[in-house]
Amino acid sequence: MGINYLYPPFEIIRNQDRCITCRVCERQCANLVHHYDAEKGRMTADESLCVNCHRCVSLCPTRALKIVKTDHTFKENANWKTEVIEDIYRQAQTGGVLLASMGTPKDYPVYWDKILINASQVTNPSIDPLREPMETRTYLGKKNSKIERDSEGRIITNTTGQLKMDIPIMFSAMSYGSISYNAHKSLAIAASELGTFYNTGEGGLHKDFYHYGKHTIVQVASGRFGVHPDYLNAGAAIEIKMGQGAKPGIGGHLPGSKIGEDISATRMIPLHADAISPAPHHDIYSIEDLRQLVYALKEATRYTKPIIVKVAAVHNISAIASGIARSGADIIAIDGFRGGTGAAPLRIRDNVGIPIELALASVDQRLRQEGIRGNVSLVVGGSIRSSSDVIKAIALGADAVYIATSALVALGCHLCRTCHSGKCNWGIATQNPELVKRLNPDVGSQHLVNLITAWNHEIKEMMGGMGINSIEALRGNRLMLRGIGLNETELKILGISHAGQ
Amino acid sequence: MHYVMIGNSIASTACIEAIRTLDRESRITVIGEENHLCYSRPLISYLLQGKTDENRMTYRNQAFYEENKVTVLQGSCAASIDKASKTVVLESGMSIAYDKLLLATGSSPFIPPIKGLGEVKNWFTFLTLDEAKRLQSHLRPDSRVLILGAGLIGLKCAEGILDKVHSVSVVDMASRVLPSVLDEQCSLLVREHLQSQGLRFYLGDSIRECTANEALLESGHVIGFDLLVIAVGVRANTKLAKEAGLQTNRGILIDEGGRTSEPDMYAAGDCTEGTEMIGGQKAVLALLPNAYLQGETAGTNMAGGEASFTKAVAMNSLSLCGLHLITVGRYEGESHLIACKNGYKRLFVKDNHLVGCILSGDAIHRAGIYTSILRNQVDLDSLDFDLICEEPLLMAFAKTVRQQHLGGPV
Amino acid sequence: MKRIYVNEMWCLGCHLCEYYCAYANSGIKDMVKALKDKQIRSRITVEQKGTISFAVNCRHCTEPLCVKSCIAGAITSKDGVIVIDQSRCVLCYSCIMACPYGALMPSTEGVMQKCELCTTNSQEQPACIQGCPNKAIVFEER
Repeated sequence: MGINYLYPPFEIIRNQDRCITCRVCERQCANLVHHYDAEKGRMTADESLCVNCHRCVSLCPTRALKIVKTDHTFKENANWKTEVIEDIYRQAQTGGVLLASMGTPKDYPVYWDKILINASQVTNPSIDPLREPMETRTYLGKKNSKIERDSEGRIITNTTGQLKMDIPIMFSAMSYGSISYNAHKSLAIAASELGTFYNTGEGGLHKDFYHYGKHTIVQVASGRFGVHPDYLNAGAAIEIKMGQGAKPGIGGHLPGSKIGEDISATRMIPLHADAISPAPHHDIYSIEDLRQLVYALKEATRYTKPIIVKVAAVHNISAIASGIARSGADIIAIDGFRGGTGAAPLRIRDNVGIPIELALASVDQRLRQEGIRGNVSLVVGGSIRSSSDVIKAIALGADAVYIATSALVALGCHLCRTCHSGKCNWGIATQNPELVKRLNPDVGSQHLVNLITAWNHEIKEMMGGMGINSIEALRGNRLMLRGIGLNETELKILGISHAGQ
Repeated sequence: MHYVMIGNSIASTACIEAIRTLDRESRITVIGEENHLCYSRPLISYLLQGKTDENRMTYRNQAFYEENKVTVLQGSCAASIDKASKTVVLESGMSIAYDKLLLATGSSPFIPPIKGLGEVKNWFTFLTLDEAKRLQSHLRPDSRVLILGAGLIGLKCAEGILDKVHSVSVVDMASRVLPSVLDEQCSLLVREHLQSQGLRFYLGDSIRECTANEALLESGHVIGFDLLVIAVGVRANTKLAKEAGLQTNRGILIDEGGRTSEPDMYAAGDCTEGTEMIGGQKAVLALLPNAYLQGETAGTNMAGGEASFTKAVAMNSLSLCGLHLITVGRYEGESHLIACKNGYKRLFVKDNHLVGCILSGDAIHRAGIYTSILRNQVDLDSLDFDLICEEPLLMAFAKTVRQQHLGGPV
Repeated sequence: MKRIYVNEMWCLGCHLCEYYCAYANSGIKDMVKALKDKQIRSRITVEQKGTISFAVNCRHCTEPLCVKSCIAGAITSKDGVIVIDQSRCVLCYSCIMACPYGALMPSTEGVMQKCELCTTNSQEQPACIQGCPNKAIVFEER
């Protein structure tokens, strides 16, 4: 139709004085934005195709490009904002459910940014991480509630299998299918080097990655993709995915066009068949059913591997967590509403779920109150963006954190939030071999290792500053936190005092 | 051990370099007829053009001979070789004993019997630096120059002096220029290009007789000239070898190791007749790259190493008034003329191998890829033949071959 | 000796190596000034057809055919790095005829040029290595 309601959201500003017409922008844009006009001897760009992924900007050797938000405006309206209006135009045109990728960008409060960390002064000294040992190693799994000794006085070590990690940070679930082979490879190599774990997500484990099994958490999701005995025994732990923070209550859908040979083989589904993960596990309709699956998986792996249950943070998360803690699971992973996704309905991503900070605090509180906190370890995710977020999460009660968006950003993601198009210019959220090539695992894994190593140093610095020398001593240590700009209810839920108190 | 080389040009230099990688101590003596440091003969036309000077023309500098401990006897002529006593006797009477001898005597211009040549005051050949300088000293803006021979030497000479004289005319018996180097079509391109630069051609013609300043051609044309250059060809200098009892034909016969029919006597360069790879026949391939490779091979064998040069093919690379030409191999088998923008490309294929190519203009870009396919006798069905015809690309090789050539140790 | 190796698996055909090479050898500090509105003649060449791409430059052969074919003796080996004395080059193109990799070409000034591993310009490390965005080009010994 000759009428267009949707004005391109971005403009490509090219400094023609700096442009050397090397055409790398043209060669590297998967959305075909840039073109060389041979007649004029100049580069041109079609901004209507631009998704603001910055591939061209990052490669331009003379920094001649920048992408800006268009200054084409609607009349100012605090209620009818531009994106609200444009969403209606889109749906009027297509009649379809709006899709979105990555975590919600909406302006909800970020509680991490309203929590402050303590430091030691005068009354007890801080610890210098360069001079004294700092223990960031931690173990995830059921902890015994009391120490038992045998007849000779020796401690009975009857702990169940624990996940040992050198840093309390793991790479969260991202399926092979939503992200590329090279992205998985980068995560696997980095997890191995760092002494931590990455998660297969619901797409199964590619046969090439079995040798990283010691550093892999294999996921059993509602579609049960790729689940077979070798798969279960290949990893260090098994995660039952009950829900995902970005899209609680619904399942997932990987379109058939993305199911190539490799993915079809890994997921154990026919070539080009749509991969639909149903909303619930159709064999889990109650907490007892969950317990049944947990033990089935334990039997299948001869009780050698911890079982994780991953849930999305929703309103009654504490009750849910309490149930899971009694189900025999060893670890509960809670995914907050800011978590990322390859593709989800926009409205669910932006409106469903609760912040991880509040979910974590209330779950930790509830489990302690019920005297079952030792039954499980807590792992949280859903927009952990920095080492300070990690410290705050642990202080609020987490044993470890899951990161996914941060990991992808380290791999080159620029959060253009267009993953669902399958044309990720960075080789991350795509299956197109020409694009996947762009993520060299040698480079990617190094970036991940660098990121986590840097965060680890920062964690040690902050812990030292608090006068704490081990993660164990930081866990649940709410006295190390103060809120700022939080109301009474928020402070109560988080279980922290306000700064100044 | 005393290594002696007769001849002080490319082959000898290569020989020296090869010997010195294996033997840094033994004596090396070079007997050079000309009174110059070894210079590159092809550069004499560039000297006339002004594109180089005597200093930059030297193939290796003075330090090379000092560092490699080589004694050069300039301006010395070898008169005879006594292979029984293993000595070389110079014209001066001096006697030089050798353990291993290299004959790199090169070639000399062939002077055809022309009636009346004796009357011509200023006639020249065009092979040595001294002759080039002598010609240069005679050039005047009003000089009319007649060159006999439209081969490589004749045309390079013409190019060299074109801007400095009144006119240049070229006569050749053959009906086209560069008859042994190009095919008809490319030959025509070259002739037209040179004509557009001002050269005049009399082809399919020859000098019946000449006077001091005029040449009467067979066709009847009369050409007035001030300077006459004779460039009809060269003959290998085999006299010394022949008299010493070595097997010669049109050149000194050598095997793939540079060995002659006599033990401890080697030969390399324009004076030799080795095996041409494609036809498998003996031929004189008087071309600089071949001279170097032959000299290097001989040198290695002289110093006790083991080397053989089995890939000798004809190869030429030159430009004439801005038109570049590269030709390799033999022009037999199936000929493929490939359309080229701003260029000319003809490839010759025989028995699943590339045996020859003629390239001109833009088609010479990355020509070495064709040369290596030819010299290594690569099976053409292991390549993307259509692609390689279109453009010389390493992409035309199979992935595993590319990996080998580009990804491994060199 | 370290040489430049290009891994076909990671080469994206982005041609940045060519531009960084041309810039490094331009002798001009400012990249825009060095390359804008100028003909680019880089010493590394990207071959690209369909989905395959890789860059080719001088292998610095241990038996360098270009050195042996140069009629002016302008090409020599300096500690394994094959370099051209451009003042001696007469543009006969014999080296182009000889090189099996097609690694030599005329520069914008006319005389021959080739990769010299950035040993003859002001770069500390070969510019193509620094410019490659996907670590397809490495500088190592094999």
